[in-house]
Amino acid sequence: MLYDALIGPFTEFEFMRRALAAVIALALAGAPIGVFLMLRRMSLVGDAMAHAILPGAAIGFLLSGLNLFAMTAGGLIAGFAVAILAGVVARSTGLKEDASLATFYLASLALGVTIVSIKGTNIDLLHVLFGNILAMDDQTLLVVAFNATVTLLVLAVIYRPLVIESVDPLFLRTVSRAGGPAHLAFLALVVINLVNGFQALGTLLAVGLMILPAGIARFWSRDLTAMICIAVIAAGVSGYAGLVLSFQTRVPSGPAIILVATVLYIVSILFGRVGGIVRQLFPGRHLEA
Amino acid sequence: MAALHFHNLTLGYDRHPAVHHLSGEVAPGALVAVIGPNGAGKSTLLRGIVGILKPLDGTIHLGGLDARDIAYLPQSAEIDRSFPISVFDFIGTGLWRGTGLFGGIGKASRDKILRAIASVGLSGFENRPIGTLSGGQMQRVLFARVLLQDASLIVLDEPFNAIDGKTTTDLLALVKRWHSEGRTVLAALHDMEMVRNHFTETLVLARGPVAWGPTAEVLTPENLLVAMRMCEAFDDSAAACAADDVGSRAA
Repeated sequence: MLYDALIGPFTEFEFMRRALAAVIALALAGAPIGVFLMLRRMSLVGDAMAHAILPGAAIGFLLSGLNLFAMTAGGLIAGFAVAILAGVVARSTGLKEDASLATFYLASLALGVTIVSIKGTNIDLLHVLFGNILAMDDQTLLVVAFNATVTLLVLAVIYRPLVIESVDPLFLRTVSRAGGPAHLAFLALVVINLVNGFQALGTLLAVGLMILPAGIARFWSRDLTAMICIAVIAAGVSGYAGLVLSFQTRVPSGPAIILVATVLYIVSILFGRVGGIVRQLFPGRHLEA
Repeated sequence: MAALHFHNLTLGYDRHPAVHHLSGEVAPGALVAVIGPNGAGKSTLLRGIVGILKPLDGTIHLGGLDARDIAYLPQSAEIDRSFPISVFDFIGTGLWRGTGLFGGIGKASRDKILRAIASVGLSGFENRPIGTLSGGQMQRVLFARVLLQDASLIVLDEPFNAIDGKTTTDLLALVKRWHSEGRTVLAALHDMEMVRNHFTETLVLARGPVAWGPTAEVLTPENLLVAMRMCEAFDDSAAACAADDVGSRAA
């Protein structure tokens, strides 16, 4: 019975196995990126970037239909373009980077929805906005796995400067020029992972599998390595449970995954070891020293 | 050769000078105090030396030093204290020059880090997250990192602000140890008593240089009075500086 509910769907249906593989790849690469987004106070930047990807993906869709390869390439280009433009405007005008990014992503979102509506149907639009992890073909799965691999490799390369730049940017500037490139590489990783998540969860929720696990991890550890591990596990568990939930109840897969992550997040807020609410209400007697 | 050579140096923000026409040199191994009222340009000068701020005019020669031979302790470090990093790892970043992007932290490096932690009196704090430290303990951590940087030029911007007497004594001992090791040390300071007792050379700054030389000769009431009279406000409608030589204005 339990086997039928929890494992059966994956042994029985190939599309479920593909979805699970995709979700694990997303968790492995996206969650560490999410942890850094959160620690660098860029959570909403991730969200804004997710919207910025839309017009690129839409143009890819316009040119070659629901070809995920073209949509991925378009998404990457649009994401980088918006990130760079927003950065340039912020640096050359004194407008704050978040305000500048907000204008660009709103424009991108409007443009993207317009493009999709002109060519496609409402169903296409829904697909772009919310993704469909159950419709993964082999090619898409390979793209997702490739992006995840690249992410982990690049993250390993920029890990040290990225950490130092997060803690003490001025110090890094005085000892090395790696700070700027590391930050840019990190932004590139954000875009790559958003495009990755875009296949599975759509524009609106892609950032969810990055930020929510990071938020969960914050409540369980004060150590960066542990936080990254917890975030990856939380993302993987949410992905798996979300797929099962979606399979059993007909809740769409993307929202199901994010909803499971949300439940984990709420549990963490309440019972987390580091700053959880229950822990704060009943802290125990104070220590001797 | 001088460790530092300023030639008609002007540093500032938005074309407004904060350090105006400073010339002079710092000998290798010198222990220099930079004093002056708030807004006198002390921090600006130090930022210029470290290379964070480009001169508006004039030059700074580092006497062949690489930027990585300079250790800089800013006045208000932009440190994100909420970032989950331990005292050990944070201080370990001081070894950047040796480890760079990928260099491992081996047994020898670990010992070095532990010794640095011990010499600022923080043994036992290795695994504490930096967010749990007090202000004085954090300053000790920053000094330990400077220690690990093993730099030949050390630049400290008001390192003893809001630090209690015991910590100040401990950290000042470190500064003197660096001096005795032949490193060049520049420190922006406010405590005249400390400058008089411990620093051999003093630069009194009030946007322009007021006096520069051996502490006993420079630290006079007259010089300090001149420095205190300096007007802090930028003049928005100030004309282009005419003291520049013709060549640089034409450029």
